[in-house]
Amino acid sequence: MLENTYLIPFYPLLAFVAILFFTRWKERLSSYISIGMVLIALVHSLFVLAAMLSRHGLPMEKAIPFITHPSLHLELGMYIDPLTAVMLMIVTIVSSCVQIYSIGYMHGDPRYSRYFSYLSLFTFSMLGLVIANNFFMLFIFWELVGLTSYLLIGFWFEKKSAADAGKKAFITTRIGDLGFIIGILILAAYAGTLNYQQVFEKVASGVLAPGIITLAGIFIFCGAVGKSAQFPLHVWLPDAMEGPTPVSALIHAATMVAAGVYLVARAMSLFVGSAEASTAIAVIGVITSLMAATIALVQNDIKRILAYSTVSQLGYMIMALGLYGADTALGHHSPGFVAGTFHLMTHAFFKALLFLGAGSVIHAVHTNDIQDMGGLSKKMKITATTFFIASLSIAGIFPLSGFWSKDEIVATTAGHPVFMFLALTIAFMTAFYMFRLCFLAFTGKPRVQEKYDHAHESPNTMTWPLMFLAFLSIGAGWVGLPWLSHGFSSFVYHEQIHHSEPSYILMLASTVVALSGIGLAYMIYYKQRFSADALAEKFKPLHTLLYNKYYIDEFYNIVIIQPLLKFTDFLWWFDAHIIDGLVNFVGWLIIKWADIKQWFDQYIVDGAVNGMGYACMAGARLFRYLQNGSLQFYTLIVIGSAVGLIIYRVTSRGFIYYLLGASIMVLIRSIIRTSGMEKASTETNVQD
Amino acid sequence: MTGSNLRILIPEVFLFLSALFIFAYDLGIKRKNPRQIGYIALAGIAITGILLIFFHGGILYHGMFSSDSLSVFFKIIFLGSAFMAIGASFEIASEKIRNHRGEYYGLILLSTVGMMFLSSANELLTLYVGLELTTIPLYVLVAYYKDDKLSVEAGLKYLIVGAFSSAILLYGLSLLYGMTGSTYLVGIKINLSVIFLTYGKIGPGLILAMVMIIAGIGFKLALVPFHMWAPDVYQGAPTPITGFLSVGSKAAGVIAFSRIFVNGLIAFSTDVMKPLDWGIIVAILASAAMIIGNITALRQRNIKRMLAYSSIAQIGYVMVGMVAASTMGVAAVGYYMFIYLFANMGAFTIATIFNDKTGSDDIVNYAGLSKSSPFFAACMTIFLLSLAGIPPLGGFVAKYLVFAAGIQAGYTWLVILALLTAVVSLYYYANIIKMMYFSPETPAQPIKPSLLARLILLIAVAGIIFWGVFPGTILNFATETAKVFAF
Repeated sequence: MLENTYLIPFYPLLAFVAILFFTRWKERLSSYISIGMVLIALVHSLFVLAAMLSRHGLPMEKAIPFITHPSLHLELGMYIDPLTAVMLMIVTIVSSCVQIYSIGYMHGDPRYSRYFSYLSLFTFSMLGLVIANNFFMLFIFWELVGLTSYLLIGFWFEKKSAADAGKKAFITTRIGDLGFIIGILILAAYAGTLNYQQVFEKVASGVLAPGIITLAGIFIFCGAVGKSAQFPLHVWLPDAMEGPTPVSALIHAATMVAAGVYLVARAMSLFVGSAEASTAIAVIGVITSLMAATIALVQNDIKRILAYSTVSQLGYMIMALGLYGADTALGHHSPGFVAGTFHLMTHAFFKALLFLGAGSVIHAVHTNDIQDMGGLSKKMKITATTFFIASLSIAGIFPLSGFWSKDEIVATTAGHPVFMFLALTIAFMTAFYMFRLCFLAFTGKPRVQEKYDHAHESPNTMTWPLMFLAFLSIGAGWVGLPWLSHGFSSFVYHEQIHHSEPSYILMLASTVVALSGIGLAYMIYYKQRFSADALAEKFKPLHTLLYNKYYIDEFYNIVIIQPLLKFTDFLWWFDAHIIDGLVNFVGWLIIKWADIKQWFDQYIVDGAVNGMGYACMAGARLFRYLQNGSLQFYTLIVIGSAVGLIIYRVTSRGFIYYLLGASIMVLIRSIIRTSGMEKASTETNVQD
Repeated sequence: MTGSNLRILIPEVFLFLSALFIFAYDLGIKRKNPRQIGYIALAGIAITGILLIFFHGGILYHGMFSSDSLSVFFKIIFLGSAFMAIGASFEIASEKIRNHRGEYYGLILLSTVGMMFLSSANELLTLYVGLELTTIPLYVLVAYYKDDKLSVEAGLKYLIVGAFSSAILLYGLSLLYGMTGSTYLVGIKINLSVIFLTYGKIGPGLILAMVMIIAGIGFKLALVPFHMWAPDVYQGAPTPITGFLSVGSKAAGVIAFSRIFVNGLIAFSTDVMKPLDWGIIVAILASAAMIIGNITALRQRNIKRMLAYSSIAQIGYVMVGMVAASTMGVAAVGYYMFIYLFANMGAFTIATIFNDKTGSDDIVNYAGLSKSSPFFAACMTIFLLSLAGIPPLGGFVAKYLVFAAGIQAGYTWLVILALLTAVVSLYYYANIIKMMYFSPETPAQPIKPSLLARLILLIAVAGIIFWGVFPGTILNFATETAKVFAF
């Protein structure tokens, strides 16, 4: 199973192709294909994890050369180590839960099949990103997840805000990606290879100058800043909540945004070569985390609170990884690597659960504003219970999974008092804003009665994933109990196993901090000992600042977007007056010249007018023929055969699978044709 | 670039100017005599042919444009097919092409100029531009019957599939350029060998490039599985254009293919570099072409669709010679294309005349033709027998040479398959002959082709018989062309 790991991304890809070309018109079948394929991928991932455990985490690499050239060697390959195995499992589990949940959530959407095909494409890209063995391939999949994220954020593109959010997400992350590709090019130029292991060997053996390592490290980290929504590129993630909520759970909470963290973990061997780059990472992480946590304290939109919480938690992980890099570069021991990746895993589960729970609530009350909710726990028992479990987990309450991973991160900061203080402050805020959300939404009296009356528990396809994820939110952390001799820390580690002794003082401190956060929220929002409004009034400047998210969006608008638009206006003016003026002048000359040759002109115009008539008539006829389906089929044959030939020349076994798959698809298509769906499909096409 | 070598461009430039002259002439002078423009076009082609005899040999623009024996050989085929296509068009011109007759002839000439440039191209960009110049006028010509739904549909299909394939081809060419840093075929050959000898391997990027180029050129050749457009387009297009497509345009594909693969990528058909061999891909496609083309042709009722599938099968035979990639293979391919020019153009000319006189393309209506129009039926019989490969006609020698080259190169299985499918093809060719000679029906009126059409048919028949019995002259010339490749 381990040798065939490269097949895992292909299952969802197959689903994507099948839905796109063949089953688009059979909505139910499309969703089943998509879910079935991701479940197969999940099973395969579990086998890979088991195989990895049984070989004690010994990495495996397999690659075929893609382009061999004197100055550059590019390959397509996979690199499987414990980190990869864990990531594969996270992605497939969350994707499976989200897709099953989506059956209920997206029910009745006009683009239901397309939604599932996008989810499959995303899952394919994310899995490909995880198993890549070089930066070149990583970057390809990195951009693919960016594309699918764009497609899914703007899935309801009739809504202007959704379309804008998609654009914003795409452009903002592209800024980070520009840095990323510069980093990759620096590596290609100085190391001469993009393969992870070869690059890391060169870093370890000192072939690369320290300055180059720092430069490459910081540029590569830019990619993570964009994708993981770190300061100063964090602005897209809250807006990305315009997409369907399951998408937020899958892409913008559990997997894609974690890709940045994964990238830092994957390239850790590079970062330990440079204390400067690592410190920069840690600082960016802690700034992001603190800033997002403070913003989350005062927001009212349920999904935005969770979005800022995600940004904050990602910053937390980045901080841990950065501290690990800095400590290791200076020769100290640090549990940061394990802490960061461990928290990545636990966070994926409880954050996906929080989002899906939020989706369930939104599904029931049709509003995002927590001020309009209240008392929902009576009507939505499963949703409320699972949401509370996830909130306890993220707050870090013993013995839920979040406790163990958060505790490790706090332990990482042990040698850095400033970081430690900030980490505990963030933990306090996290507990506070999560329980503010819980109490406002689920307890007390309903504040908008009609919405409350309308609310109901969601269907089974939505509550089952919630319960499953709640189970993981409780238990997933137990693989990393500090007392285990073969726990998470001896499975996923960097360079050598480092066992940290459980520090009971830190555990106690973080528990006290979390409990006091919950307690404060309880006092204000449940018991209502203090009025939240009065508090907001008392700290009005601060509240306004936080409520407006530090005015960062406005700042970008004034400093970057408006000047750009001004410049564009200027260019337009230049174009319209100077260039067009010249063109018009030349045109005027030509008209004069043409006047002289009127006889000739008359003749040409005459012909052109007749020609236009013919062209219009022919065009009208042509459009009718555009409806003919067979032409697409011709081109499909051309491209299909070309792909087949390539696969045949590269791998003979792959060709057999390809032939098998292609014939099954042609079979499905012919069945759909015979069942009369083709006629319906042309109508759907016209609507699209 | 030496000034004296510019003379090798004279035939192309002259043909191009003739096309422009025809456009201008049609525009400026009222059409008193509908045939006048056609005669001008024929004269332009004939003079270009004569100029070709005087001005050839040498290279231009650092070898981008090379007027070698191979290009001259194929230029003769292109001019011949354009000549016969225009000659056949006289039959339909009076009835169906009332307006824009000048453009019709001019576009054929322009397409021929494109083919001539293509056949001289020793560099990817020139080759691609030549290919586009060949194809773009054909898009217009295929859709020339603007009132005929079939023709317009054919034009659209040809355009879309053509543009699609062109994009794929360009992708392949750019991959090749990206890997080698050169657009010159010689440079590509050298750089690839250097990379291979240095590293012992070249990534599957090369396979990607090869397959994409095969797919792109496969469209021009109508090679299975890139042939899907061909039957629809062949049926819908004006019949002389169909003939031109099936001979001129295919020969253009053949020379582009041989320039890129048999010249540029030749190293990858040797045993040392077996894993990157393109021969096996082409052999598989050729066998698919022979099987699908011949079998599908069996059930066709429309003569143009039948000839379409027949020409798909014929290109499969040509590719047998191509995969041999030897002196004998190249010579066989050249000879095959030369005979194919006469046989296929002849058959399409007859289909044109028949359609013009009876308004039908159905094979059933050919019944009893030998009684009413014996000359006509006899010509058709010769063409069909040559296509089927019956001695002593040219088609037999062509098939024999191609098969011998295939066996010499070790593709025995491919040749056995080709022989078997050739037997199948005899059925549908002979079926028409049976219709014409042994059917009890008698058509109402005899078909009387014009003098020019008779002349063209006679030349074609004479060529097939003469070069079938005495293949020496053409074969020597074709063998000469193989020296270009320096095997």
